[in-house]
Amino acid sequence: MPDPTADVEDLDSFRARLRSWLADNMPRRDPDQPSPLARGLLTDEEELADVARARDLQRRLFEGGFAGICFPREYGGQGLTPAHQQVFNEEIVGYEYPARIQVPTFQPCATVLLDFGTHEQKLAHIPAILKGEEIWMQFLSEPTGGSDVAGAQTTAIRDGDEWVLNGSKIWTTGAWWSDWALCLARTNWNVPKHRGLTVFMVKIHQPGIEVQRIEMLNGSKEFCQEFLTDVRIPDSDRIGEVDDGWTVGTRWMFYEKSFPISFFTTRPAGSGDPMAQSAVGGSLVRQAAAMGRLGDPVTRELIGEAHALSVVQGEGNRRIGRAIATGKMSDQGAGLSKVLGGTLGIRLANINFDLAGASAAAWSDDDASLGARGVAFLTRQAGQIGGGTVEMARNVVSERLLGMPRERTLDRDVPFRDVPRGPSSR
Amino acid sequence: MSALEPEGSLMELELTPDQEMFVETTDKFLNDCCTPADLRAMRDDPDGFDRDYWRQGAELGWTSLLVSEEDGGGTVSGRGVADLALVAFELGRHAAPGPFLPTNVVAAALSAGGTDEQKATVLPGIVAGEVVATWCWSEPRPHDRLGDVSLIATERNGSYVLDGRKQPVEAGAQADQFLVTARTEDGGLVQLLVPASTAGVTVAPMHGLDLTRRFAEVRFDSATVPASAVVGDPAGSADDVERQLQLAIVIQLAEMVGAMDRSFAITMEWLFDRYSFGRPLASYQELKHRCADMKAWLEAGHAIADTCAQHVQDASPRAAEMASVGKAYLGQYGPELVHDCIQMHGGIGVTFDHDLHLYLRRVVLGSRLYGTVSEHRQRLTALLERGATDDA
Repeated sequence: MPDPTADVEDLDSFRARLRSWLADNMPRRDPDQPSPLARGLLTDEEELADVARARDLQRRLFEGGFAGICFPREYGGQGLTPAHQQVFNEEIVGYEYPARIQVPTFQPCATVLLDFGTHEQKLAHIPAILKGEEIWMQFLSEPTGGSDVAGAQTTAIRDGDEWVLNGSKIWTTGAWWSDWALCLARTNWNVPKHRGLTVFMVKIHQPGIEVQRIEMLNGSKEFCQEFLTDVRIPDSDRIGEVDDGWTVGTRWMFYEKSFPISFFTTRPAGSGDPMAQSAVGGSLVRQAAAMGRLGDPVTRELIGEAHALSVVQGEGNRRIGRAIATGKMSDQGAGLSKVLGGTLGIRLANINFDLAGASAAAWSDDDASLGARGVAFLTRQAGQIGGGTVEMARNVVSERLLGMPRERTLDRDVPFRDVPRGPSSR
Repeated sequence: MSALEPEGSLMELELTPDQEMFVETTDKFLNDCCTPADLRAMRDDPDGFDRDYWRQGAELGWTSLLVSEEDGGGTVSGRGVADLALVAFELGRHAAPGPFLPTNVVAAALSAGGTDEQKATVLPGIVAGEVVATWCWSEPRPHDRLGDVSLIATERNGSYVLDGRKQPVEAGAQADQFLVTARTEDGGLVQLLVPASTAGVTVAPMHGLDLTRRFAEVRFDSATVPASAVVGDPAGSADDVERQLQLAIVIQLAEMVGAMDRSFAITMEWLFDRYSFGRPLASYQELKHRCADMKAWLEAGHAIADTCAQHVQDASPRAAEMASVGKAYLGQYGPELVHDCIQMHGGIGVTFDHDLHLYLRRVVLGSRLYGTVSEHRQRLTALLERGATDDA
């Protein structure tokens, strides 16, 4: 966090400088052409091209002095404030930006490094991240774990100045084209689960790591599973203390959940301009006009509902983010954004689907964008699952924020090796 | 912390010390005079509020926030609409009585567009809480759709002759002055300040859901007022009406969020105190998860009510949009939240003796008046279309 008393560029001058720089240096985005990321299904070639494009855009931002607005200057950032990031979010609307690098590279990976990395570790990686040279992933979930991330079974055993890792991680987005990962591993099986974990930085493409791609129900192969076999990691790539990985992990989870309210990432402003790409109303009006349905009162009501919900979601997230940033709400409040998405996001997805009519189920070439809404509807629950399920967030909000009694668990205060892990261990 | 704060914001999260004191004073006053028992006792009171109470509220500043200092008003923070929302939130939290919404809307209209005579003779009484004023805008079926005005004002010999009906008019039977939005012969709008005592004006009380808010139908049968009764330049009346609607909505939204906030607080307390099967209700995961949802809806409600107040304060190009977003959202999730609070109380939640219905009534009122959920959704699409046209 920058020192608030330091002499920082005022927002108006920053905005003016940024606006003119963007006009000269960043490519405009075609509003009728969805970004490759939003289009979903890409061939491997397209995907690699888009990743290269993202690296290039990030490099341009770095060279222009606009990468890592809230990152410290000594690690290549700009040392500015959340308000400057907000200005950036407003001004970037209408331009291309490195969307796919935001999560998880900047947040949670880079922010975890900022909080827990040594000076040397930060110097080695933060500037590289801000230049678009390193794309990071999370080696967090495991095939046996789901939302119970502290139940990690991937094991790290110390061997001199090195650690030897064995196990499997899953649900890493694009690990096949990424460079580094934060990895949560078990270093002690003889203590309760939260007290035997350690976090490591792992280079993804190295001997002993096999990356397998997972095909999702919509045909996407973005997600990967990794198999780690005798992977050797130097102790200098350990983040935080041995067996104290959950201290890091707690902060990691917070950052993961707080993307919608983060100021370490770029999100084109949805609330700055109703016609902006992230406010849904404008695009739904255009779509309805193209479908010849704008005169239909039911369509008009649904568009208005969707627009209202998307604005409210944005404003709600903004309030939650500021309440946390100013200490008026605990970090656990980040779960509220997920919970809000649990009801409003579902309704928004349903309206998007409804408005596409029957063409969302069977479509001609001309109606590909409507067909895409149908495919998107099939994967509606993905957003309710990824990054911790809505149910987990509801637990967190009710227990940590509202102080309601915690759920009973059977894995507390017993050595992790004695925790039941399936029917056979009963 | 100022370097961390995005500019231009006085959200409810970040009150000035003056605003904090203002809110505290109002809260204390309402705690003293508007207990749930007091509210229940007013159930059959024809006026729904006490004139002394209203004068005291005016002394606290409830009626002066949208009135300029030259006209005898004044704000707490320099941002009167934001201040107004703070009072409205407290009124909602207490389900408090009083013609807060219509009085402030009329006061704002007079301060902005009233004649010197209106400002000298009527406005001071409104600010002092001596005079009750209300806005006659919406009309009975078939003209009950948002923004439909058919009451006709005919210009005759330097006077306006009014014919038509307005309903529901809040505090219509208690008001001394009516701000009437009427249709002119050429199809435009005109707003007129009409004393309740004018010949040809009759008032018939209506029934309503709220325990203390009263509504009436006001009928105009060739009621004649001089041209000096016009408020604002008729050429700008449509904009004035839009502004009045936005102010009404700012108050409504803040009141609804206040009532939701209180309902949720009551429910949280109940869930911890009430035991069944040997454990507090608060320990059941099904209820915990619903509470998490409600907390999220509530925070989003606070956010949109605050955002709307800020946009209306600044008369920003997005003020109309934010007002309709707020109505579309809170009009749905407000009643939903309070109903779920009632559900968690079981049978006692649907009794007259329990307090929850006081807040439910207030929230439901807000979901219906000055545009329904459906009307505001459709208005949003119209606003977006206009934006799309400008865009192209």
